[in-house]
Amino acid sequence: MKYYLNHLEELESESIYILREVAAQFENPVLLFSGGKDSILMVYLAIKAFHPARVPFPLLHIDTGHNFPEAITYRDWLVEHYNLRLHVGSVQKAIDEGKVTEEKGYNASRNGLQTYVLLDELEKGKYDAALGGGRRDEEKARAKERFFSHRDEFGQWDPKKQRPELWNLFNGRKNFGEHFRVFPISNWTELDVWNYLAIEEVPLPSLYFAHKRNVFERDGVLLPESEFIARRPEEKLNEELIRCRTIGDMTCTGLWRSEASDLAQIIEEVATSRITERGGRSDDKRSETSMEDRKKQGYF
Amino acid sequence: MTKNKSTDPTDTSVELLRFTTAGSVDDGKSTLIGRLLYDSKSIFQDQYAAIEEVSKRRGEEEVNFALLTDGLKAEREQGITIDVAYRYFSTPKRKFIIADTPGHIQYTRNMVTGASTANVALVLVDARQGVLEQTRRHAIIASLLQIPHLVICINKMDLVDYSEEVYNTIQNEFENFAGKLDVHDVSFIPISALRGDNVVERSKHMPWYQGTTLLYYLENVHIASDHNFIDCRFPVQYVVRPYSDDYHDYRGYAGRVAGGIFKKGDEVMLLPSGFTTKISKIETYSGEIEEAFPPMSVTMHIDDDYDISRGDMIVRVNNVPRQEQDVDLMICWFHEKPLQERGKYILRHTTREARCIIKEVRYRMDVNTLHRDADSKQIGMNDIARISIRSTLPLFTDAYNKNRITGSIILIDEGTNETVAAGMVI
Repeated sequence: MKYYLNHLEELESESIYILREVAAQFENPVLLFSGGKDSILMVYLAIKAFHPARVPFPLLHIDTGHNFPEAITYRDWLVEHYNLRLHVGSVQKAIDEGKVTEEKGYNASRNGLQTYVLLDELEKGKYDAALGGGRRDEEKARAKERFFSHRDEFGQWDPKKQRPELWNLFNGRKNFGEHFRVFPISNWTELDVWNYLAIEEVPLPSLYFAHKRNVFERDGVLLPESEFIARRPEEKLNEELIRCRTIGDMTCTGLWRSEASDLAQIIEEVATSRITERGGRSDDKRSETSMEDRKKQGYF
Repeated sequence: MTKNKSTDPTDTSVELLRFTTAGSVDDGKSTLIGRLLYDSKSIFQDQYAAIEEVSKRRGEEEVNFALLTDGLKAEREQGITIDVAYRYFSTPKRKFIIADTPGHIQYTRNMVTGASTANVALVLVDARQGVLEQTRRHAIIASLLQIPHLVICINKMDLVDYSEEVYNTIQNEFENFAGKLDVHDVSFIPISALRGDNVVERSKHMPWYQGTTLLYYLENVHIASDHNFIDCRFPVQYVVRPYSDDYHDYRGYAGRVAGGIFKKGDEVMLLPSGFTTKISKIETYSGEIEEAFPPMSVTMHIDDDYDISRGDMIVRVNNVPRQEQDVDLMICWFHEKPLQERGKYILRHTTREARCIIKEVRYRMDVNTLHRDADSKQIGMNDIARISIRSTLPLFTDAYNKNRITGSIILIDEGTNETVAAGMVI
């Protein structure tokens, strides 16, 4: 027997350690569930970390009302199958109650509105730690994120005042009203996530696999036909073979032309891709530091 | 639901190597990282296009790779690295995590942070300048933090006509100084990050150099024994109790192995109680396993019904750690508010939390010269010092140079909850 772990085993071990650390250090954690592969991986790692006990925290889904229907079907199946608890925070409800104002125009997105609902839900649920599936390889502001990331009473991130993080010692101490965002899969890359999901044979939403869909092109990004997106007259629909590389709202998730219909093909595609997965996210393209700006305000 | 077919990804035997780089604006660190990422095809088109555009907009002649790692607004505006940035790339042999840290003395704490989990430290030396104060500082931090492998990259060889003599002089100079350090494995590689010599491809300009390229070194340096496989240490992190009908009396002790190899049937001692018992079962989600070793996360079961909780430690009967309330530490101070002698702090050690008092500052160490100043009791941000503390609870420690996990401590300010110091048990 050789006494070493391969890189996926080591990443798994690190993430499980952090999930257990959260359960031990916090009174009322919650796992932010978006429906994407990273949060699916998080759920799966949480199941492993506490087996055979039930996952000791609920999932929280911030529902913009602009989801792909397939994502909701999968979410409900996952919760049922693994005996999880799910809370849903509704952006539509916040709009109806006049707490937030919907963007107007062709590029309208509810992405920014999620922050308000997220912070509101965290406060209502008295959650003191919110587990997120952010990865440092995703985006440059995220490359500086800690595993345990402190948020003040307004839910804000101060990148210049981050606590140093050494060895495997995590400081989750906080004052009343503050909370933490915790990122157990910080060190995973997109390819690591796919390889792991493949080896572990984790069931995934059908959106990730190549399928035919009516799409149109805007600013070089392929978007799905949807009642939630107003098309300009010149934006014509075409049926194409596509898949999602990330799953977000229908309004801002760019689709990829792809024939990858199983995980082996997806891995092949990701391994040879020269564009990052967020390269298709119009929410990141609003400005050079849009992720940092959103994170400071309390975004995922 | 779509059930995946089992696939056979080619890279499942890939090992993970963490390395740290430290350097200032001019020594070519960003160029080197950019080169490693670019030549290993880890920079994506959209990332490259983005930094190319920003470089152009800022009127820079060449694409500035520092923009890849300097992600924060303030860093980009000021052209400096403030914080530790983590970068990822992989080759068919290994996956690499780079902890990229700023090199200036005011960022010693960031270097310490990046060094704490690294297998390898890359120290950059400008061939025109030789061993500088900054070079010595990086090497001293690598030695303090017990990074197992140190690589001195003598960079900008193209600017000294690829001279073997320059290389030899710098190597001698460094070795004379390194004799005073606690480092065991030092390598020297002459490179030009800008031109690509000996980074990924072998240099045609330095036939006198018989060693490997930097990437070859990183892919092949032996890291499997960087963990301690001798002294069995299992800090209990979390007690798993399902309270369900199927698992009535189930009680598992979850944690990550910090040292040694635990086997089913081993006779073990529980700390702090001192009771001895046997390991009845070691398991993970996938089922029972025969052995557990660092850095595995597992769940242990013991024969007898003893009360164990978070912060306790499972060890071998004939090989126990120190159990002490009085601990001597080398620390790096992290906070603007200086260390308070006789001050009270919260400490974290493995999964244990306790309060402690700083009894005494023994000396402050000059991080550029290793000089010990016993008269200097003022310890401020970025200072390295030797201190004595007394903890409210006994701590189960090993010397840091024996085990980086059971030998490390952080101190936390009771008022602000901020992490104020990192400590290494002497």
